[in-house]
Amino acid sequence: MMTMTGEQLAWKIRRHGVEMTHLSCGSHIGAIMSVADIMGVLYAEILNVDSNNPEWEDRDRFILGKGHAGAAVYAALAERGFFDVEELKTHYQNGSRLSGHVSHHLPGVDFSTGSLGHGLPAGVGMAYAAKKDGKKHKVYVVLGDGECDEGSVWEAALFANHFRLNNLVAIIDHNHMQSMDFQENTLEIEDFGMKWKAFGWNVIEIDGNNCDELRSAFKQAEEYAADDNHKPTVIIANTVKGCGVSFMQNDILWHYRFPHDGWEYDQAVTELHKIKPEGIEDIYTPNGIENPKFPMENDDVGNDHTLTYTWNTTYPEKMRRVEAKSGTGEKEHRI
Amino acid sequence: MRDTFVKTLVELAKENKNIELVTGDLGFGVLKPYWEQLPDQFTNAGIAEQNMTSMAAGMALEGKVVFTYSIGNFPTLRCLEQIRNDCAYHHANVKIVCVGGGFVYGALGMSHQATEDIAVLRALPDVVVMAPGDLVEAIECTKALVDYEGTAYLRLGRGGEKRIHDKIDNFEIGKAIKVKDGKKVVLFSTGAIFEEVEKAYDILVEKGYEPAVYTFPTIKPLDVELIQKCSKDFDLIVSCEEHNIVGGFGSAVAEVMAEMKDKKAYLIRAGINDEYGSIVGNQKYLREQYGIAADSIVEKIEKEIDG
Repeated sequence: MMTMTGEQLAWKIRRHGVEMTHLSCGSHIGAIMSVADIMGVLYAEILNVDSNNPEWEDRDRFILGKGHAGAAVYAALAERGFFDVEELKTHYQNGSRLSGHVSHHLPGVDFSTGSLGHGLPAGVGMAYAAKKDGKKHKVYVVLGDGECDEGSVWEAALFANHFRLNNLVAIIDHNHMQSMDFQENTLEIEDFGMKWKAFGWNVIEIDGNNCDELRSAFKQAEEYAADDNHKPTVIIANTVKGCGVSFMQNDILWHYRFPHDGWEYDQAVTELHKIKPEGIEDIYTPNGIENPKFPMENDDVGNDHTLTYTWNTTYPEKMRRVEAKSGTGEKEHRI
Repeated sequence: MRDTFVKTLVELAKENKNIELVTGDLGFGVLKPYWEQLPDQFTNAGIAEQNMTSMAAGMALEGKVVFTYSIGNFPTLRCLEQIRNDCAYHHANVKIVCVGGGFVYGALGMSHQATEDIAVLRALPDVVVMAPGDLVEAIECTKALVDYEGTAYLRLGRGGEKRIHDKIDNFEIGKAIKVKDGKKVVLFSTGAIFEEVEKAYDILVEKGYEPAVYTFPTIKPLDVELIQKCSKDFDLIVSCEEHNIVGGFGSAVAEVMAEMKDKKAYLIRAGINDEYGSIVGNQKYLREQYGIAADSIVEKIEKEIDG
């Protein structure tokens, strides 16, 4: 285990994420920020892995199904000592190992992803093989909520229940947004928890940007794994896209945009410094930014840029539009 | 051929407990000997080929030798990206087995005719592509693929294929097999169309020609050396496949020949002329309809030689 807490590692992931996308002009910062706490708790406190022996046979397996948030995995692995933190700066660069979507050509990465709907099925195969061989390690797969549009996710969900893969834990980064809009405006997914329940899974719904709730969810998953039903467990982690930087939150623009020089980078870093946990350093801007720039009146802040904000169809059915939801707004759906 | 494959795999899997057979809910009857003898090395993944293929990759990365099994285009085109990203890119030890390459399931209609699979699978880096021509080749391919560490595609016929080779010495992935020595004309065959090629050979001999014949159980990696040698030794090379003319075996041969400076031979390709099977019928009937039966092959060759 590492010496950092989940909160500390989550903050580091956010700070690296801002820097990496800033330097590389890379995208998906919104997803990196929403998944940061999940990754922080997993890599600081849950996953049994060894940076000195990345291919150790009895390690827990981890797959990031939503490979576009690869920067979050890279940051977590670097902080846990799988490779030099300095290498994070090569993200997206010519000749780099750190592709935008997560790659197994890096120590500590068990599976490459990037095309959605592949991670859970691959994790199912790993868990199935491990169970056949009487292995004790676990397989953790983080999925995006938009990723659950893919049919292959539900093929895997059927299989995992049928073969009683209680060594498998799926965590859904349910940030309620996907590529062009809020998830409910794209393909209605709620009641999400009931869907998984109907597929035979144990379902735990939490605030996925709260490390304490994540800790107790993983503990609960551990208990579920040990019970007689032998069912796989899904943690539906309600998160906020862009969580941690106010102007990125619930704005689909930040699925694509990177923090540019000027107010975007300055405000992001400044806001992160306000929530920095004790006991860790910011290697890029140790004391924050002196005289940061902030957005002016004409800057594009506070719009969600979603498809349905301007798409008004005359389709025979009235297409409803769901506004941004807070990360914990779904509690009533708890089973 | 599929029964031969299953029989061979049963023997191999008894010796190697890491061999796993995963089916996409097909193989009723055919796979029964396997699941009865090796229940713990068998999985029915349901009618869900995408999950089956990614899952196979996950199992392979944990040390299993995984055969995925289905018919026609289901284990290939339906889950092509899973083969590319999850199997091949990870160099995962997954062998994708298709029963019914070409017109095997001709009467079932276009959906069940696998006529572009070689082209598509051949285009993926780090995927071995094999199409045995008879039962002996099927046994050898299956054995070789268990020993080969990596992703591979095995295209099988269904049943009734003849035994052409008595035995094959020194079978190797990537090596063509000489069936007949000959002069001027050489026939290259891959997969189950071999029975038509054999008939074509007999007709040609009757007519006084003396063609050589090779089978190519491996399409990728291709036996480049042999193709180059034949291009120098013969006047005409004829590639034969139960597959679309675009991108398949004949195209692979053409790629080699096109880059040669000094050659004597030119190439004609027997294959489906870039169309879908809109009519149905049995395999033999459809081969005739689409110009890849023995008579059509002979006709093509005579036109070149006499024309």
